[in-house]
Amino acid sequence: MAIPATIRDDFPILKQRVHGRPLVYLDSANTSQKPRVVIDALVRYYEEYNANIHRGVYAIAERATAEYEAARAKVARFLGAAEPAEIVFTRNITEALNLVAHSWGRRHVGPGDEILTTEMEHHSDLVPWQFLAQERGARLRHIPFDDEGRLVLGDLDRLLTARTKIVSLVHVSNTFGTVNPVAEIARRAHAYGAVVVVDGAQSAPHRPVDVQALGVDVFGFTGHKMLAPMGVGGLWARRALLEEMEPFLGGGEMISDVWLDHATWNEVPWKFEAGTQNVGDTIALGVAVEYLEALGMDAVAAHEQELTAYALEQLRDVPGLRILGPAGAADRGGVISFAMDGVHPHDIAQVLDEDGVCVRAGHHCTKPLHRRLGIGSSVRASFYVYTTREEIDVLARSLLKVRSLFRVA
Amino acid sequence: MSLDTLYREVILDHYSHPRNRGVVEPADVVRDGANPLCGDEIRVSLRVRDGVVEDVRFEGKGCSISQASASMMTERVKGRPVEDARRTIAAFKGMMHGEQAPGGDDLGDLEALQGVRKFPVRVKCATLSWITLELALDELGTA
Repeated sequence: MAIPATIRDDFPILKQRVHGRPLVYLDSANTSQKPRVVIDALVRYYEEYNANIHRGVYAIAERATAEYEAARAKVARFLGAAEPAEIVFTRNITEALNLVAHSWGRRHVGPGDEILTTEMEHHSDLVPWQFLAQERGARLRHIPFDDEGRLVLGDLDRLLTARTKIVSLVHVSNTFGTVNPVAEIARRAHAYGAVVVVDGAQSAPHRPVDVQALGVDVFGFTGHKMLAPMGVGGLWARRALLEEMEPFLGGGEMISDVWLDHATWNEVPWKFEAGTQNVGDTIALGVAVEYLEALGMDAVAAHEQELTAYALEQLRDVPGLRILGPAGAADRGGVISFAMDGVHPHDIAQVLDEDGVCVRAGHHCTKPLHRRLGIGSSVRASFYVYTTREEIDVLARSLLKVRSLFRVA
Repeated sequence: MSLDTLYREVILDHYSHPRNRGVVEPADVVRDGANPLCGDEIRVSLRVRDGVVEDVRFEGKGCSISQASASMMTERVKGRPVEDARRTIAAFKGMMHGEQAPGGDDLGDLEALQGVRKFPVRVKCATLSWITLELALDELGTA
């Protein structure tokens, strides 16, 4: 089943023109656009049953609670979790990774222990571990990548030791697009007794994910990159792991009982959801997940792989482009970052904007990756279910215009 | 809002043929500046003799706006009294933030950078070298 050509009608924002040109949105790895059904779900919540959850005895509060917990069940099914209670909602994946570093890390990581990540991580999968390592006197180690942006696993058995407590890595690189062999790395890491955390920000929206088949322990995701509103994300973790974790934030809802000087915790997953939650956005996330399931995640992945192959071909015809990441479209997500000889990424993005083309220019929150490549920044075009070949043609044409404007043609 | 207002001829010229690139040897002060948002970096070095900017150079990496602005800045302040340089810095920053230039200070070629004002995220690109020069002069003043 292919993605229907009419899909763009589902996304109201795509109908507009900017600077007199059709909007060509190629920044979905940054944040995705939202289909009408998701926007409607949000409006419906606020118009019909806005109420706080888990406490009201009245009808609209019960409906809000039921819809919120239904969203948890939808996300659990979408990711292949064993049960809805294994899904914890947070504001975004950054908060989810900080939660793991805080609630599992501080309890299990001690002086001299090791935390292994990679050189292609997003800052949100680096900085929380830096906090933890500094606080606990642990050592950070990193899996390097090769010239095509693939992890070099030859040294993995040297990087993994009996001291390795956590291995945390990105599933699909937000800069290279590389799909990392997470299952293999998890298997090898588990042989050393490490807990395996996966940053799924760029995988969950774009390809089928089955967290149990991947054999990992924690999987983080963020709603706004998968057709849902900004402000909700979360993590899946094995129940046993969640049970042994301390709460992250203290406050209402996360407690079982409270005295003036101490408290006991609520059950999993609510012990991690302190305070009033982002109910409307979470319900809308449930709708986004259903929308993706209706398209079929195999179809989503196939659509993006075809676009990526086409884009790699078109961009190869633009002189002076250095395309980062794998040369082919195999094991590559719908993300293409590149640099152009003699023209800075900001200038490229500025000229593209005049043609209505939205791309990301900068370091994409992967400064260590860019530093290793010896460049300060790059341009990134990224695709999703609504992206078309024609939009990639506009991108390629606009890049030729950049070259003539800056006289590097 | 056309690209021509941003990428004026004089800007593209300074970008492709930057003036006063490099490091002053010997320098009285070397100052680094960075724009953490885009990762752009700049180094401004200068030597002052008898209250006059005898030599000033820049190096670094960045977009056409930041590089052209730095190039035009060195051309403008080189050989001029420090007090003049400070006045120009104030006038330039004022122009970039949409203020009237005090005392009708003629910014000459630098006025080509006015178009950047219409692209708010790029204003920091244009002012990076100027702020770095200002900090360098401050450092010199207190040395």
